Amino acid sequence: MGLIEAMHLGFMQRALAAGLLVAVMSGLLGVFVVQRRLSFLGAGLAHAAFGGMGLGAFVIVATGLLGSGIGLLRHPLWIAVPFSLLAALAIAWVRANTRLSSDTAIGVFFAVSVALGVLFFSIIPPDVNLGLSLMDLLFGSILGVTGSDLVVIAVVAVVAVAFLTATWGRLSYATFDDELARADGVATRRLEYLLFACAALVIAVSSVVVGIILMAAYLVIPAASARLLARTLTQMSVLSVVLAVVSTVAGLALSYLVDVPSGSTIVLTQAALFLVAALLARR
Amino acid sequence: MSEGAPGAPPLHLHRVLVRLGEAIILEDVSFEIEPGCFLAVVGPNGAGKSTLVKVALGLITPQRGHAALFGTVAGASPERVGYVPQLKTFDRSFPATALELVVSGLRRSWPTRIGVAEREQARAALARVGAEHLELRQLARLSGGELQRVYLARALVRRPSLVLLDEPATGVDFLAEHDLYDLLEGYQRDTGASVAMVTHDLAAARYHADRVLVLNRRVHGFGPPDEVLCEPCLERAFGHHGHHHALAF
Ligand SMILES: Nc1ncnc2c1ncn2[C@@H]1O[C@H](COP(=O)(O)OP(=O)(O)OP(=O)(O)O)[C@@H](O)[C@H]1O
Ligand SMILES: [Mg+2]
Repeated sequence: MGLIEAMHLGFMQRALAAGLLVAVMSGLLGVFVVQRRLSFLGAGLAHAAFGGMGLGAFVIVATGLLGSGIGLLRHPLWIAVPFSLLAALAIAWVRANTRLSSDTAIGVFFAVSVALGVLFFSIIPPDVNLGLSLMDLLFGSILGVTGSDLVVIAVVAVVAVAFLTATWGRLSYATFDDELARADGVATRRLEYLLFACAALVIAVSSVVVGIILMAAYLVIPAASARLLARTLTQMSVLSVVLAVVSTVAGLALSYLVDVPSGSTIVLTQAALFLVAALLARR
Repeated sequence: MSEGAPGAPPLHLHRVLVRLGEAIILEDVSFEIEPGCFLAVVGPNGAGKSTLVKVALGLITPQRGHAALFGTVAGASPERVGYVPQLKTFDRSFPATALELVVSGLRRSWPTRIGVAEREQARAALARVGAEHLELRQLARLSGGELQRVYLARALVRRPSLVLLDEPATGVDFLAEHDLYDLLEGYQRDTGASVAMVTHDLAAARYHADRVLVLNRRVHGFGPPDEVLCEPCLERAFGHHGHHHALAF
């Protein structure tokens, strides 16, 4: 079956829709991740999401929710999202109120979350069918995106894009120079908490699609390529979203044509575009 | 918008105490200036001059006492204050043009797209400081003096009623050093604004300021330049007493 016919298949349409939503929100968020040097936060929160998924899966099995008729309630995301949110706020708090750097705080949550995830997944009896495998969690399963996954992703995408566009001017100002922004009445501390919370939401739902291992790439590579070519932050933001969308569409198509997991083809497409950007910017 | 009482002093500090960590940086600092005043703040390195400016901006909240601008609490009306920081601490990897920085001074937020009217205003501000040719240059690639000019344009573009400048002459080759003062005095004549400037240039303070504040943790003198910039007063502030640094270039 050719690529065009394949696009009539429900799972391919859901994959494309999920991929585009993830591309747009992570492309936009990525601008602030890159400019604020938070790529480790991206990786850390993806792993926090893994811990949250483990906890979620355990709670669902232990409370018998798995047998319930409501599809959304059976999804461990309901636990993983608040779990990641808490981790993000805790990291922001440690960063603001202790002498520890955010790297140290992230490093701790990173390890604890993975340890928790492994613990919970190992105590769930192997015969229980959760509808998601460990491999899917690690590497994503864009072709396995369900209708209810898509609903959750769409809701988060709307919230994240609305937040990022509404605060873009103040967030950028604070990113440029925190003190200058504060002198002009911008509540930079509060904005940072909101940004971290937004990152937690985006990363938790996106990692269902792209997997926790490759999540950081989505946040960093398109924005970094955009940075190489842009002269203003506006240009960088637009370009980052465009590059994220292009690499998602191209990566999905490639994945179908050569029958390779899409997470890998998307990230490799991002990397190829980064290389092109680096060559163009060398002038 | 908080306008404050009419005729309220542009800048008023009352018994301000600032402690950062263990150290007392400012102690019992009180003074006020009248509208239209040109205040020079002088004192040795580490005297607390930049800290004082940050208190006036509302960036640092004093542990004791208070700071008021135009009769309202410091930090409450940022649109009335134009600030030139001593250290340009902005993120050097941030893609930004000089024009955008100036427009951020107009909007108090980072610009997405710049409108025609804003562009004109920003260009005029850059022209006033002799930096119109820098408009589209990347900030990270500007020299220290070029950057200083752009920051000055950014502070003045919003037509503030109080200009707070922390060592604005550093690195700027303003012709015969008079251009900067001409510019500020011209701005004051046009708008009736007040200026508070931290400087190490005692001669300029003597010549241009209406009021001089000699600071070294405490207020060592406050008044007209010819009264305050006298030997004994400067000796107390700059001499060995309460003087931390030994290095003088
Ligand atoms: N965040 C901080 N924590 C602790 N001490 C600080 C902090 N910031 C400044 N200081 C100290 O406060 C003192 C006053 O600093 P400030 O920057 O106000 O001095 P200054 O008069 O502007 O000096 P300069 O002429 O060198 O610019 C210095 O001794 C400095 O080391
Ligand atoms: Mg200083």
